Amino acid sequence: MQFDEIQEIFFQECEEGLAAAEAGLLAYKNCKEDCETINTIFRAIHSIKGGSGAFGFDALQAYTHNFETVLDLARSGDLLITPALIDVLLRAFDMLSDHVTAIRGEGDAPDDKEVTDILKATAEGRPPEIVAIEDPASKQAGSTDLAFSFDDLMKSLGEAEVTAIGEHSSASSQWSLEVRPGKGALANGGEPMLLIRELLQLGAIFLDTDVSAIPTLDAYDPEEAYLGWTFTVPMRVTEAEVRDIFEFVLDSCDLHIERRDDEQHDTELHRSVAPPVAAEPAPVPMPQPPATTVAEVVSAPSPQPVAQPAQNASQSIGSGSQTIRVDLEKLDRLVNLVGELVITQAMLAQKLSVNGLASLNELTDLDQLTRELQDSAMSIRAQPIKSVFSRVPRIVRELEQQTGKQVILQVEGEMTELDKTVVERIGDPLTHLIRNAIDHGLESPDARIAAGKPAAGVVRLSAEHRGGRILICVSDDGAGINRERVRQKAIERGLIAADTVMADEEIDNLIMAAGFSTAEAVSNISGRGVGMDVVRSNVEALGGRISIQSRPGQGSTFTLALPLTLAILDGMIVSVGAQTYIIPLTHIVESLRPQASELKSIGNGRQMLNVRGTFLPIESVGTRLGIDSSTQDPTKAVLIVVETDSCGQSVLMVDAILDQRQVVIKSLETNYRPVDSLSGATILGDGRVALILDVEALTSQSTRRLAA
Amino acid sequence: MILTVDDSKSMRMLLRNALTQRGYEVVEAEDGVAALEWLRDNSPGLVITDINMPRMDGFGLIEALRGETRWDSTPILVLTTESSNEKKSRARDAGATGWIVKPFDPEKLASAVRRVLH
Repeated sequence: MQFDEIQEIFFQECEEGLAAAEAGLLAYKNCKEDCETINTIFRAIHSIKGGSGAFGFDALQAYTHNFETVLDLARSGDLLITPALIDVLLRAFDMLSDHVTAIRGEGDAPDDKEVTDILKATAEGRPPEIVAIEDPASKQAGSTDLAFSFDDLMKSLGEAEVTAIGEHSSASSQWSLEVRPGKGALANGGEPMLLIRELLQLGAIFLDTDVSAIPTLDAYDPEEAYLGWTFTVPMRVTEAEVRDIFEFVLDSCDLHIERRDDEQHDTELHRSVAPPVAAEPAPVPMPQPPATTVAEVVSAPSPQPVAQPAQNASQSIGSGSQTIRVDLEKLDRLVNLVGELVITQAMLAQKLSVNGLASLNELTDLDQLTRELQDSAMSIRAQPIKSVFSRVPRIVRELEQQTGKQVILQVEGEMTELDKTVVERIGDPLTHLIRNAIDHGLESPDARIAAGKPAAGVVRLSAEHRGGRILICVSDDGAGINRERVRQKAIERGLIAADTVMADEEIDNLIMAAGFSTAEAVSNISGRGVGMDVVRSNVEALGGRISIQSRPGQGSTFTLALPLTLAILDGMIVSVGAQTYIIPLTHIVESLRPQASELKSIGNGRQMLNVRGTFLPIESVGTRLGIDSSTQDPTKAVLIVVETDSCGQSVLMVDAILDQRQVVIKSLETNYRPVDSLSGATILGDGRVALILDVEALTSQSTRRLAA
Repeated sequence: MILTVDDSKSMRMLLRNALTQRGYEVVEAEDGVAALEWLRDNSPGLVITDINMPRMDGFGLIEALRGETRWDSTPILVLTTESSNEKKSRARDAGATGWIVKPFDPEKLASAVRRVLH
């Protein structure tokens, strides 16, 4: 595996870590934390710090160090987790996000000085405000990190030592080293002989073994070390290197190291006994100390011998789904091909049915396989909406600061999957809705308290699968849409006549009319020259719908209904006159041929259908689309009860139902031009083009006319 | 055989790269629980474990291993980002044989392994 691939994995881990940390911080903010929460946050930041060092992202590492310090204090209980602390941590978190963005090469390294100062102040138990008023000199001193300065000190000491050695160094100079692994040197799986071996590899020469500490047999503890050794070590080896070898046992080991310029020991003699060992690991050429030998026998089962070089490098235990990265173009081509396959399969089915072979088992199998293939191809393109939702908490925090409102963000269904294209394009409309909800929807804390509500408003963001579509809801518990003001504004802007009678729902929908803005002063938050009309057209370009439910004093909900995939839909094929149309199955509730008694004329040539006690308006597709040859008598036609998000149930009248199948959507916008009441086209099995009805547009106009 | 225990995949890969290049066989586990599961039927020559992990952290793993005679002499190295003496002695007290300070230089890792792997 290449380094940059591992690095890419690290980037993904950063994102996961950020998400986990943010979820944890928000849990605190919303008082939904448990005792594990702070540990989760700590672990996330800790991992990012560890990786950033390993991959050489020094700025990120330095930054996370301070972040981690504060979290560690909070984790250990040394810092009380207060709302103020959570705010500091959230701020630090945002800065960390910027850092992570920067290391991915998607932005410049952020200036984290201020946040770092706040973190350091927090770690030292000072309120952050004090930092701001401190004079530069004391601030400098105060912000010096203790651990770092200690390291620097050690480093400079080390350097001084090296210089000193260099000055006095001569060919005959050597270190004299005495080592006595103390009590516990064999504990925890330690093995002093390995350290001695490494020492010899550095060119150390074994001089003597001190056996004076070996006790009598009855006092002998086989798991204890009793031997000591003396060595000479060449001057080119630094003291730090020697101490480094014994790093793990320094606290239990007696280690004396001193310079020796004279030649009082006859090293030549010992050299013949214990020649320096070359770089290759070799049996230690020295008497085996009894203590070690006994210990090895006693500790059963004996540890594994030195690891064997392995051909198959490694195996992994624990779960974790394997992934493969695929060029998006290849994927799109696959999805396209599957689409064409669906059409061809449909054509084949049609030709065979003409020859009376429609009931062939193979044909049924092929149909089944094609469907499954299609589902799999679509699921490859599907992505969780998490990547979009994860940006929202930050937007909310920024808005909180800008507006002075308090917001509790609730997010649900972030693992809901939808088409990659939709995920990519839904971000902007969603951001706008969130901004709207906070800027226009929620009241100020004072106004909320006056209205008997909690000071903090709730903004809820959710995603779910429902009826073959994805519903994304943005709701707030604010004041709801001020219909009187909306109406006034619409009249002022000439959008409606002053005497127009409108249903509440219609007034609400006015805010999505082109060029409408209710804010008295256009704020720099949601009023960015982009209105709700742009949000609506963005959503509609994705084949989606947006609807509004608002209740005065209780808040508003904006619902986006988006298609699972942009490429294929399940449709009912119907005929109207000589034409063939597709009605998306997702809208259809039922179809029926009515009795005359179930119909009720409401004048103007329009009729209602009594569906189990509820009267629904009938919309003749033929009349709407200007097809003269269509059936006009409902009792001779087929009535299809459809349901839409914005208008509830209504009835479409067509001549006959021909078939029901999946069709590949071909865009009218790109191949022709947008047409009212039609959402697209498709190619049928016989090669003819059929148009797909825009049920929402057809029915919303019929209900609007009724309301008027 | 060396068992590496770390919840970070990238860290495990860095370890694996550095160790396999030096001829060691490496097995990975995501956390203490996964490690213990694997250790039920296997005996590595060395365990290298991170400290901060979900489910069961490094100290928990060491404690569990040192509680059994079967593991009481298996060397264990902990991965730590702290080079403070306090952290080191805590690792030592918990039963670790030694430690590797992250970020690690592959050479340092190799020497640490050589110092504890029989």
